[in-house]
Amino acid sequence: MSKYLVSPSPHVHAPASTKSLMIDVLLALLPAVIVSVIFYGWGELMVLAVSIASCVLLEWAITKWLLKKPCTIADHSAIVTGVLLAMNLPATTPWWVVLIGAIVAIGVAKMTFGGIGQNPFNPALVGRVFLLLSFPTYMTHWEAPKGLWGLDATTGATPLGVIKEGLMQGSTVQDLMAEHGYSYSQMLFANLGGSAGEISALALLAGFVYLLCRRVIKPHITFSIWGTVIVFSGIMWLIDPAQFTDPIFNLLTGGMILGSCFMATDYVTSPMSAKGGIIFGVGIGLIAMLIRYFGAYPEGVSFAILIMNMTVPLLNKWFHQKKYGRA
Amino acid sequence: MAKRTFSIGGVHPDDAKIARDCAIEVLPLPQTVYISMAQHLGAPAKPIVAVGDKVKVGQVIAEPGGFISAFVHSSVSGTVKSIAPRKDISGNLMTHVEIAVEGDEWVEGVDLSDTLITKLPEREVALERIKACGVVGLGGATFPTHVKLNPGPNAKPECLILNGAECEPYLTSDYRILLERTKEIVIGAAIMKNILGPECKCVIGIEENKPAAIKAVEEAVVVLGYQDIDVMTLKKKYPQGGEKQLIDAVMKRQVKSGGLPISVGAVVQNVATALAVYEAVQKNKPLITNTLTITGDCVAKENLHNYLFRIGMPLSYIAEYAGGIPEGAAKLISGGPMMGKAIANLDACTVKGSSSILYLSAKATKRAEASACIRCGRCADACPMGLEPFLLNRLAKAGDMEQLEANAVQDCISCGSCQFSCPANIALLDRINMAKGQVLGIIRARAAAAKAAAEAAKSNEAK
Amino acid sequence: MTQSIIWTILILAGLGLVLALVLFFIAKKFKVEEDPRIDEVEKVMPGANCGGCGFAGCRAFADAAVKAPNLDNNYCPVGGNEVMKKVASILGYEVKEKAPMVAVVRCSGSCDKRPKTNDYDGLASCKVKAALYAGDTGCAYGCLGCGDCVEACQFGGITMDPETGLPVVDESKCTACGACSKACPKHVIELRNKGPRSMRVYVSCMNKDKGPAAKKACAAACIGCGICAKTCTHEAITVTDNVAYIDYTKCKLCRECEAMCPTGAIHGVNFPKPLDKEGIKARIAERNRKAKEAAEAAKAAAAEAAAKEAEPVKKEENNG
Repeated sequence: MSKYLVSPSPHVHAPASTKSLMIDVLLALLPAVIVSVIFYGWGELMVLAVSIASCVLLEWAITKWLLKKPCTIADHSAIVTGVLLAMNLPATTPWWVVLIGAIVAIGVAKMTFGGIGQNPFNPALVGRVFLLLSFPTYMTHWEAPKGLWGLDATTGATPLGVIKEGLMQGSTVQDLMAEHGYSYSQMLFANLGGSAGEISALALLAGFVYLLCRRVIKPHITFSIWGTVIVFSGIMWLIDPAQFTDPIFNLLTGGMILGSCFMATDYVTSPMSAKGGIIFGVGIGLIAMLIRYFGAYPEGVSFAILIMNMTVPLLNKWFHQKKYGRA
Repeated sequence: MAKRTFSIGGVHPDDAKIARDCAIEVLPLPQTVYISMAQHLGAPAKPIVAVGDKVKVGQVIAEPGGFISAFVHSSVSGTVKSIAPRKDISGNLMTHVEIAVEGDEWVEGVDLSDTLITKLPEREVALERIKACGVVGLGGATFPTHVKLNPGPNAKPECLILNGAECEPYLTSDYRILLERTKEIVIGAAIMKNILGPECKCVIGIEENKPAAIKAVEEAVVVLGYQDIDVMTLKKKYPQGGEKQLIDAVMKRQVKSGGLPISVGAVVQNVATALAVYEAVQKNKPLITNTLTITGDCVAKENLHNYLFRIGMPLSYIAEYAGGIPEGAAKLISGGPMMGKAIANLDACTVKGSSSILYLSAKATKRAEASACIRCGRCADACPMGLEPFLLNRLAKAGDMEQLEANAVQDCISCGSCQFSCPANIALLDRINMAKGQVLGIIRARAAAAKAAAEAAKSNEAK
Repeated sequence: MTQSIIWTILILAGLGLVLALVLFFIAKKFKVEEDPRIDEVEKVMPGANCGGCGFAGCRAFADAAVKAPNLDNNYCPVGGNEVMKKVASILGYEVKEKAPMVAVVRCSGSCDKRPKTNDYDGLASCKVKAALYAGDTGCAYGCLGCGDCVEACQFGGITMDPETGLPVVDESKCTACGACSKACPKHVIELRNKGPRSMRVYVSCMNKDKGPAAKKACAAACIGCGICAKTCTHEAITVTDNVAYIDYTKCKLCRECEAMCPTGAIHGVNFPKPLDKEGIKARIAERNRKAKEAAEAAKAAAAEAAAKEAEPVKKEENNG
């Protein structure tokens, strides 16, 4: 008898692997990447290239020389981090700032904790927030980007930034909206200033739907973020439409869609159970809206996700799956 | 009726029922059979024949070795050559009775005709025959059927669930007998229902991927006039055929952790068991035959088979007869790909519960190297018991028995859904199974200690 | 300005004082009275917390040792006699010296001697493998090679030899805590007497199969032939279930069994000289010849004596 394999059951495996899941996430991000490249042009391409290359290289170097562990870049997770980091940065970011972001994302936020699966915080977001706090000029100062084929994105600050600024100077939401000519269709289809990932809600949503269809992620975290944002900002808006922006504006601007669909749903840094996920989502929605309305920063999704990342171990401990026969 | 399924977890492996259209063929007798004394759950049987004895087909060759045990009968006629330890499919030694085949002479009183006998005997008579014929559950656990059908005076069986789910991919033996022996199975169900009492209902649950079987059984129920036997179409989802999952699907009730199905009024029996019960009770034929499937992703179409085998046939003999081990087979499995046992020794012999020889190619079965857990929670979503395999795996690694028990590792049914769905290819079940064994040992030891303490207290009181 | 500085200092100082008082009273109230000797004993312990003594760690051992009436049941295998002497002097007990032990791997089924019969594809854990089946060789008793013992050893004293696929004990690191022995599902690792200058003789096989089967599974197997037991003049060797075992308390390290073993299953280690097989065999043959002669002489003498005695008996019988 020649040698046959012997192992405990099960003897077959589902086709999904870590790599295939990461590829699905990359495919889901593709429409938004394409849109942002179209609108922001070569600058955006450069940011993407530097971010991806430095994330992958860093992970390779760290596993090889520092951790002396088997290299994990084949699972594509570093590429996902690279793309997400790039989508969180303006297209005008200098390459060395992107590199610093990648070092913080991969080196500090991911590999310090042991690599994939061990990081408590979303690496791309840690990178972004680090850059936001260290290089606020580059991160908030939006120069007029030159798109491919002469398509121009609007210049200046993001809508959130404009409104925050305006409200501080005593203006009202309605005036500011009218003054800058913001419309919902514009937000959906693209071309409001901001980072690459803030540009087209529709392209991001297409990716989100793809992830849902492929059962890569479950919708409860995203939906609970949206629900919370709608309810909370709805209440505030009804109270005082002059001081508070409306729910649809809040959903479609800034990093809300990117954050709720791609960053908050990151496996590693979100709770396992459905209940935990919903609470996680509600927390993100609330904190993001509190920062937007009352905080010093115009945008709060990144902070909100990072803050809620901290609660994940606790949520995992408190909320469990419903067990069979243990009502 | 809307299709039902169990409420927690589950996975959808490709069902790969490629041998479904192969009618059951009868395997010819080999020259020698080796009949294992451990063909059932519980204590091994004790041989009652001696070397040199002449035996006939259906003759008792071993008696139950305990309350939970079963008779074992000779599957051939011939001479007992030896009673000695022999390696089973795992390579572990177990007493086997070796019989050299001479002719095919059956013991008296066995009805070998095809005549359908519909008249049901008395409860006691039926139960006695089931016990005497050595019938055990053929769904996998091989629990002695007479014990399961006699749950005691305090139990209230409300529903007999006949398990025709056959949710394991590849396997088609249950499907074939549902098609070819439909009426016998239905009568077998009626016999068991009768034994369980007049208030007991009966539901035959079949997964939706077997429409022909569903139709055949529905017709047979009508033809035979059993209005109180329901046929239920179940959604295709693994592990539908798990006892607890089937009860959840059919009765919408869940068995408490550590409890038996009878605690919610359920008795689950496999369709193959129903057939064995029919043959035992109506034909007086002991359980010495069963159906197995020769299948696998690397098996040529003409070599796919469903065979009626006799217990004690060497697997190598069956494999040879069925066209040899196919080219490209990397793993040989007895049972389904999700819960079957890898065959380490092809010289081992068929037992009552054998259901297949499954040949899988390296592509289908070779395990990929495990990588780090990405906390995706797919294992927890897949677990039909609502457990958190990622957590259990971690606790098992750390050896934290207390937390393992608190997180219900003992509820695991070893269905393999977690490991099947893990994108990081972590051997979750390998380790969880280990931990489950240890925790169950601790629980048993505690229960025994508590019992001993209670008895000691009682005797002290008496004094 | 000055005022606010003064206030700050006062408030902080006051706060510190109050909290210090709280801490003081809590420490007083919840103080656990412990025998001070427990600390003393713990100090002299090796501090590995390996559990080799049967307690959870060194402190638990110290606690038990202080509470026990003597040291008969408490022995730290890691610290050995030296540490136990110290413990005994602290507690004023007598210490029973124990011979130093060492972990011994009783399997020689290396890859070339014990061919694989199948390819294990499950989790690399001996426990999992043992629970699943008899193993990936023809031998169901030997080392499974997944290295549970390596993982169990806290002292880095065991490594897997990639060539043989068997664990190797580093005697200089082994503390005889027994963790490897407990971790091995096949009980292949045994704690044995370390022996004078670390010299030991042991049967490096656990195979209980009958001779031919054992031989077929592994070229280095003990086939239960019993030659060693017959050879041994110290009654140290027993053969049960087709496998020999050398009782290390009786073994005199004469290496005769080692020389006579047909499969080389008996290992002698750390002897200064290599095994002189022929010399020992000749010695045994000579001894056997002498014994045979002596036995024959004795037999003859016995027969003579019996013949002499038989006559009067016959007479008595006749009388009776």
